[in-house]
Amino acid sequence: MRKVKGFILLWLFTMIAWVLGTGTFRIDELVTGLVLSFGVVVLFASFTSLYRDIKITPKSIVLMPVYLIVFLWEMIKSNIDVALRVINPAMPIKPGVVQLKTRLHSPLAKLILANSITLTPGTLTMDVKDDSLFIHWIDVEAENIEEATRKVGWKFERILKEIIQ
Amino acid sequence: MEIAGQVLVLIGAIFLFLGSLGIIRMPDVFNRLQAGTKATTLGALSLIIGVGLMNTAFLWKAIVLVVFVVLTNPISSSTIARASYKMKVPMFKGTIKKMEESFLEEEEK
Repeated sequence: MRKVKGFILLWLFTMIAWVLGTGTFRIDELVTGLVLSFGVVVLFASFTSLYRDIKITPKSIVLMPVYLIVFLWEMIKSNIDVALRVINPAMPIKPGVVQLKTRLHSPLAKLILANSITLTPGTLTMDVKDDSLFIHWIDVEAENIEEATRKVGWKFERILKEIIQ
Repeated sequence: MEIAGQVLVLIGAIFLFLGSLGIIRMPDVFNRLQAGTKATTLGALSLIIGVGLMNTAFLWKAIVLVVFVVLTNPISSSTIARASYKMKVPMFKGTIKKMEESFLEEEEK
């Protein structure tokens, strides 16, 4: 059952990419897309294991756009923050490498978390190993694991764990 | 619509400029990557959306482009950071290292 779910989700994502790429809803285009994306998903069936962990409940469907908005807001904030540091003649940076612990287990969730951390204020994921994330922080505010986890990853993690198992 | 697109293109250009300035001004590889990734992601994003707004025929394709940029950009910079850390590229003096375990220990044994 979980295998079928991963398959259908990947098919859906491929189909969305097709419709956005062609830009029409004509029936012949849609049928071609369905057939082609089915073929692609069959070829890459071993990768569908990533998508099995996405939860499909009313709550998770509402939370997906919420995550997107939180993420975009954090990204804009991070850009302004880094831009200000670049223009400032004094260069107020205090770089460091710290470790975070995450409670997410699914590989897809960890990938999204690591990507989100890279694109948000002053942090860059360097590596993920089991449940630890190693990040480079341009302005270290907390050095111990618990506090750093709360400051960097918590706002993403708490939404992600509702969307992905 | 036309004006909104032009404003977005301008914002994108400013962020791309600040990103390249950051690459020159920052002291070491990791800080340069920080400036590079963030500024270029938002810069490219608002540039592409701006073009999409100016010529609405491209809008959906522009959104697909933005999704791919946002998905792939952090992965490349994270890989570069990991590789430079492994090669022991010198870090800016005063860089704090606070890790309970290193992510390199397997290779060092």
